[in-house]
Amino acid sequence: MMSRTGENRKDLLFEKTTAFFALCVLGLTLLLFALLIRESLPAIRKFGVSFVTNSTWDPVLEEFGALPFLYGTLVSSFLAILIAVPLGVGSAIFINEFAPGWLKTPISFLAELLAAIPSVIYGLWGIFVLVPILRDYFMKPVSRALGWIPLFQGPVYGPSMLAAGVLLAIMIVPFILSVSREVLATVPQVQKEAVLSLGGTRWEMIRIVIGQHCIPGIFGATILGLGRALGETMAVTMVIGNRPDVLLSLFQPGYSMAAVIANEFTEATGDLYLSALVEIGLVLFLLTIVVNFAAKRILKRMVPGSSKRAAR
Amino acid sequence: MKKRFGPGLALFGIAVWFVGTNPAWAAGPLTVTGAGATFPYPLYSKWFYEYSNSHPGVNFNYQSIGSGGGIRQITAGTVDFGATDAPMTEEEMAKLPGPILHIPTAIGAVAVVYNLGGVGPGLRLTPDALAEIFLGKITKWNDPKIASHNPGAKLAGSDIVLVHRSDGSGTTDIFTNYLATVSGEWKSKVGRGKSVRWPVGLGGKGNEGVAGVVRQTPGAIGYIELAYATQNRMAMAALRNREGSFVLPSLESTSEAAAGAAKTMPADFRVSLVDAPGKDSYPVCGLTWLLVYRDQRDEAKGKALVSFLAWAMHDGQKMNAPLLYAPIPGPVVEKVDNTLKQIQYKGKSLS
Repeated sequence: MMSRTGENRKDLLFEKTTAFFALCVLGLTLLLFALLIRESLPAIRKFGVSFVTNSTWDPVLEEFGALPFLYGTLVSSFLAILIAVPLGVGSAIFINEFAPGWLKTPISFLAELLAAIPSVIYGLWGIFVLVPILRDYFMKPVSRALGWIPLFQGPVYGPSMLAAGVLLAIMIVPFILSVSREVLATVPQVQKEAVLSLGGTRWEMIRIVIGQHCIPGIFGATILGLGRALGETMAVTMVIGNRPDVLLSLFQPGYSMAAVIANEFTEATGDLYLSALVEIGLVLFLLTIVVNFAAKRILKRMVPGSSKRAAR
Repeated sequence: MKKRFGPGLALFGIAVWFVGTNPAWAAGPLTVTGAGATFPYPLYSKWFYEYSNSHPGVNFNYQSIGSGGGIRQITAGTVDFGATDAPMTEEEMAKLPGPILHIPTAIGAVAVVYNLGGVGPGLRLTPDALAEIFLGKITKWNDPKIASHNPGAKLAGSDIVLVHRSDGSGTTDIFTNYLATVSGEWKSKVGRGKSVRWPVGLGGKGNEGVAGVVRQTPGAIGYIELAYATQNRMAMAALRNREGSFVLPSLESTSEAAAGAAKTMPADFRVSLVDAPGKDSYPVCGLTWLLVYRDQRDEAKGKALVSFLAWAMHDGQKMNAPLLYAPIPGPVVEKVDNTLKQIQYKGKSLS
């Protein structure tokens, strides 16, 4: 890319400096990984694979299984994606294609404001506003009408997997929205006009344009949101109910990996206990890597050569 | 440039004058570092502030990172003192480089709070009923085990929603210690600890998390620190103590429990105050401790630490009640005074 003809000492120095910084990032990641492995060795030796298949978490008897946390992180995050993607992409399409000028700015401004709210504020709002509303106007009626479906079984408390999923969805919508808007904005005006001039309706125009151009970008936005949801700690722990059990019903409390680390790390005294908590961190780290790799693979398969744009 | 020089020189002058006139500062201020429990942090920070004001030359740096962290740091020797809400176990003490002293500084109580429309504060609960509620065996508010002791209260057949702390905490340790003391089934099924495997219920993060869920959920019951419950005017239950009387949590009933336990206080103060004797003593409370090594490595710091601890046991205790911590009762303070004399530097007492 860079022409090497005019290269002088300053250029070389600049190149080496940036290379050093890049290596620092790489080194930090490797160091973090090595440290996580080293600190979780006692737990890995003691529990082996059963660590991720056992669902008992008992600090008193020092029996540690991380399955409930793994399950809770995955379910709450995918629930969030399920809600946030239609909401984020839908509103991005509306803002870019339909909204009158006077409405565009306030909507996108407010959406970006949502991204700037600290997660503990989301958590408090979750406890005091979202959970009571969900409990009284959604969970109770649904439980009465559809309580026989396993997903909605059991008594309704309020704090639950569902509450965590909905709160996470609200937190990641701004990310999906703003990335989707940027992706939509990259579509050449000529193409849109071409579809319209061929007699296409607006819906057809959007469908064709998105199908052709934007799916990889929107997928990238989704992964960005998923990444945030997987690691979100404070807001989740405040509304998920913090119950280390694997329960199918979305109305029942659950727990997440980030939440249990935040909750129990400060007061964990035993070596094995501490090591088990670090191993949860390791599992979370690996999970994030796997999700990112899988996303890139899927992206490559969908549109060859487009992964760079989407990963942006 | 010239403008900026003036104030700088003046400050420098003041500094020189300060250091020059104050012999204690001549060698630079002494900073004593500590780490540990979060529960007594408001009290400790008040103590450090007041003590540094009246004893210039000694500063404190305390990190409220949790009891577990406090024990780890004092074990590693990275701090001069630790602080914990649960006494160190034999296993933990075996890892220490030398003998450690537990200095009790305040008493905390754990209140059982609930959210029952139409039922005011002071719901009466027996130890059995409380244990069975937390074991998930009593699930309705109108269960005879609750109703029979509360004839006046309008208890509906609503579900009991149980709320516990999700984060590891001394509060949970005191509460589960109480349940394990009064219920054999709790002891064998769940046990005692800063985090336990709860048979039922929801977890809330911190006192504020538990209080938030209890407030927002009709039919909820949970446990939180007395200070937090008092400040937020939550409905607290009266628990039946071992003498058979129902006692509401308060500073007085907490101190009463400590006074009841004072007679049998072991020499190392590693004692639990739950289910303490005394007609008016509240059964769910516990001590919080500062941890100091008997053999100090630094003479000046050791001296400062000992004189601070002596101050904390007398002048400092007067600040407990306004901050909603129960003070250590007189007979126990005398015992602590004797213990402080053991602190030494190379075999020489520091007090």
